[in-house]
Amino acid sequence: MANNKKQIRIALRNCGFINPENIGDYIARSGYAALASVLGANNPQNSIDVIKKSGLRGRGGGGFPTGLKWEIASKNHADQKYVVCNADEGDPGAFMDRSILEGDPHSVLEAMAINGFCIGATKGLIYIRAEYPLAIERLLIAINQAEEISVLGNNIMNTGFDFNIELRYGAGAFVCGEETALIHSMEGGRGEPTFKPPFPAQEGYLKKPTNVNNVETFANIPAIILKGWEWFSSIGTEKSKGTKVFALAGKVNNVGLIEVPMGITLREVIYEIGNGIVNDKNFKAVQTGGPSGGCLTEKFLDTPIDYDNLIAAGSMMGSGGMIVMDEDDCMVSVAKFYLDFTVEESCGKCAPCRIGNKRLFELLEKITEGKGTMEDLDHLKNLSKVTKDTALCGLGQTSPNPVLSTIDNFWNEYLAHVVDKKCPAGQCKALKCYIIDTEQCIGCTVCARACPVGAIKGEKKTPHEISQEICIKCGACMEKCKFNAISIK
Amino acid sequence: MSVKIQISQKTRTKIEEICKSFNNEPGELINVLHKTQDYLGYLPAEAQEVIGQELKIPTAKVYGVVSFYSFFTMIPKGRFPVSICMGTACYVRGAERILDELKHQLELNVGETSADGLFSLASLRCVGACGLAPVVLVGDKVYGRLAPDDVKNMVDEYKDMRGAV
Repeated sequence: MANNKKQIRIALRNCGFINPENIGDYIARSGYAALASVLGANNPQNSIDVIKKSGLRGRGGGGFPTGLKWEIASKNHADQKYVVCNADEGDPGAFMDRSILEGDPHSVLEAMAINGFCIGATKGLIYIRAEYPLAIERLLIAINQAEEISVLGNNIMNTGFDFNIELRYGAGAFVCGEETALIHSMEGGRGEPTFKPPFPAQEGYLKKPTNVNNVETFANIPAIILKGWEWFSSIGTEKSKGTKVFALAGKVNNVGLIEVPMGITLREVIYEIGNGIVNDKNFKAVQTGGPSGGCLTEKFLDTPIDYDNLIAAGSMMGSGGMIVMDEDDCMVSVAKFYLDFTVEESCGKCAPCRIGNKRLFELLEKITEGKGTMEDLDHLKNLSKVTKDTALCGLGQTSPNPVLSTIDNFWNEYLAHVVDKKCPAGQCKALKCYIIDTEQCIGCTVCARACPVGAIKGEKKTPHEISQEICIKCGACMEKCKFNAISIK
Repeated sequence: MSVKIQISQKTRTKIEEICKSFNNEPGELINVLHKTQDYLGYLPAEAQEVIGQELKIPTAKVYGVVSFYSFFTMIPKGRFPVSICMGTACYVRGAERILDELKHQLELNVGETSADGLFSLASLRCVGACGLAPVVLVGDKVYGRLAPDDVKNMVDEYKDMRGAV
């Protein structure tokens, strides 16, 4: 991990330091001591209070207070309750859950058992993506080893407490990250969300009270129990405590997972930990929150990162993807990219998400092809707001965010596409126009030979010309020209 | 598109065994489908009918689940399944140009399998290897930091194995 100075490892505390296939390594680093202390104290409400006071909030994106969630589940009485770990990490560009499950699976198992004891559940289920075979293998090994030494299974540590964990496999549906959709998927059906309430804490898996938390949330639990809520809440900002794992990617020099205290600024993350932009290009935006989030510009570089500040800035924490973009990235295309994702992943149950996102995508497509009008921009804004207000679940309620935030922060870029029919970043194919500078061109014919469609004409040793009607904008000529005579207009 | 085939008695028995190993429990449908796809490589309509009969649920419900999840496929994959990551990090680093080149070299569109059964092309959402962006997978083998010019060599390597078993 690059530049450790700014980083604090809580959720990733063991990743890379232990052999994840050996429970002894985990125990040597105080593993299962938190579970022992919770079981020993035998006071579930007290343990819930510790989590509440720590200020831990859900790391999957929503940011709901974890302790409160536990308390609600604990107060709903039923013959059977469930603890579910949401490991259906589907955000493109985020892989912190996978790293935790592959590098430190026991921390999640231990936390689930603690959760089970606190809310009175004896069964745990991990809903994991089938695309993560190594994580699945390591979890199965970990569950076996934990059962062998009786820190999981029946009569844990001779206390009479039973807690068994099973895996349930996802099958590639982004919407299954939503709690209710996840539960329907675990029951063997289509992963379509349902209206809340009832919340899973009231009526979840098999209609029993169910507490659903994300992998990273769980990974924080044993550390909080062992080191105390005072320690945890001393890290971070007023309303967002502890650390957050981000997947730093895109156009930065150092890419990878980082774990930083809440309240760190984007500037510190991008320029100190990320070591700046690739090829010293200019920073343009950073996308946080995945398909539900937004793009933040230079003016937010010094804003402390936490749940509330990111929302105020028009984005969100999400599961922690952080994609850095430079001057060569077209923001209209980025918005289109995310809408393309949402259109494909929408489950189709509610009309605003199924139809609204498709129409948004088409509008963006029209704009990037240079066919957009000013009315289209109005339509884009209105439809985004309507979709946000009327969609059934979190997917549709947040899917217009990439559009709205790029409209807010890069309005001029939209105008350039619509009014001037130009893409300032030079990324939108249809709006590209390759031209040859007659001053620079010496007529070497290299470009004409490279052109796959014969669009370049000209006599030897005289300046060449590109026929815009024939040109397919592949850029082959520009790559081959040794005299920098070809540019994009 | 789906492939209409007649499944053998052996395959039918195997699917029945898979269902039985999950106690013919309708709630285990997704696990049953995973195991069946592991065995057959895909989920033909006839296999879905058998599963519906065994779990005592309508075939329509089985099909509803199969078509909902992108992991399940009703078309057999190629011997060398080529998948390109279209996650955000790969997109920002030029995955679209790689995909264009793959389509060109393989003469396939996303979701298709070549007539000789050698290649199939799929696009994936983030394989979690963002540090290596842009990423292409051929089977389980990962090709990272690809440039469009690298694609031809990569594909040719597999075309050369056409004859090999």
